[in-house]
Amino acid sequence: MGLFISSAQAAENHSPLEQFEIRRLVPLDVGGVDVSFTNSSLWMIVVLAAITFFLSVAVQRQALVPGRLQLTAEMAYQFIANMVRDNAGSAGRPYFPFIFTLFIFILFANIQGLIPYSFTVTSHIIVTFSMALVVFVGVTIIGVVRHGARFLTLFVPSGVPIALAPLLVVIELISYLVRPITLAVRLFANMTAGHILLKVFGGFVVSLGGFYVIPGIAPLAVTVALYGLELIVAFLQAYVFAVLSCLYLNDALHLHH
Amino acid sequence: MPQLDITTFTAQIFWLVVTFVVLYLVLARRLLPRIGEVIESRAKRIAEDIEQAEKLKAESEAAIKTYEAALAGARANAQTVIGEAKAAATAESAKALAALEARLDADASAAEARIRAARERAKDELASVAGEAASAIAKRLIGVDARSDAVAAVVAAELKRT
Repeated sequence: MGLFISSAQAAENHSPLEQFEIRRLVPLDVGGVDVSFTNSSLWMIVVLAAITFFLSVAVQRQALVPGRLQLTAEMAYQFIANMVRDNAGSAGRPYFPFIFTLFIFILFANIQGLIPYSFTVTSHIIVTFSMALVVFVGVTIIGVVRHGARFLTLFVPSGVPIALAPLLVVIELISYLVRPITLAVRLFANMTAGHILLKVFGGFVVSLGGFYVIPGIAPLAVTVALYGLELIVAFLQAYVFAVLSCLYLNDALHLHH
Repeated sequence: MPQLDITTFTAQIFWLVVTFVVLYLVLARRLLPRIGEVIESRAKRIAEDIEQAEKLKAESEAAIKTYEAALAGARANAQTVIGEAKAAATAESAKALAALEARLDADASAAEARIRAARERAKDELASVAGEAASAIAKRLIGVDARSDAVAAVVAAELKRT
């Protein structure tokens, strides 16, 4: 069927960016602010439902000797608990649920985005930036509440000559303020780039005659390999986001560099 | 790029906040405490089991110690009994041996005395036989009828010389 569509038309219909489009499924407006239920919202709810379902089933029996699902949930729990303890110390314990939520939400969003025809929530900069901003603002508030004015010593590296201090304070301040942007862009860019690549190579399979024809096999193989890579990236980016949040939290809790 | 379309931002932020807050509440209030509970109760159970096992081990070690002490006592007891029996048997056999030796000594000295008496008697008989033979030889050869007491004296002197 693809043979009858001109390549220009095909390119238009199968733009690698088409998968990121936001479609309003139920237009909603609250006080002039658009809060429409979109395909993004739908997949956020799918992520929420999937996590809730998975963990609910996992802890349903609370068996002494865990089954596979329970073991997976426990491993995730201990993975994040250890991450928080190792990176933020015991003072980070109260923030464990938040870090866990952050990690599992990003992980599930990344992974379900790899299901064909689904939508990747985390491929949108506004979503990743919102989460990064919550981490940034939250961590700053925690730091200020815990240490008051002493929080500002975070921007003065210890053992620095007085003459260099102003310059370094500016650098430290910029590197601190840029944190939410790097955090957000890292996740967004990884997801977007990965999905564009998958789409492009998937398009090659079709334009080379489909996966049942010899020339189509090479891009198909690449697509399969990329898919495996993307699974790793999906986990890795969720991990990186959570670890960096822990490190920022550690800075706010303990102030030392 | 659809990601840069700011008209979609408010809706995305709104639904992100809704889903994220709901997820946070569900996890923080219900699911995470339950997972933590399971892990904790398992750790506690394992610690308890190890403690129980250590207690039982200590008990069994104590039992082994008392058993070994009893065994050592019994062994020492047996040793003394054996020693006593051995000493008694040794004394008994020494006594029997001594009695046997005494009897043998007595027998030997009695036999010696008998032998000595027999030898004396034989010597005396030899003297009288020799005297009679000397008298008869002298009578036949030189026709002298020697006095028997003189002959006896000579024979006795000769026997004493040999």
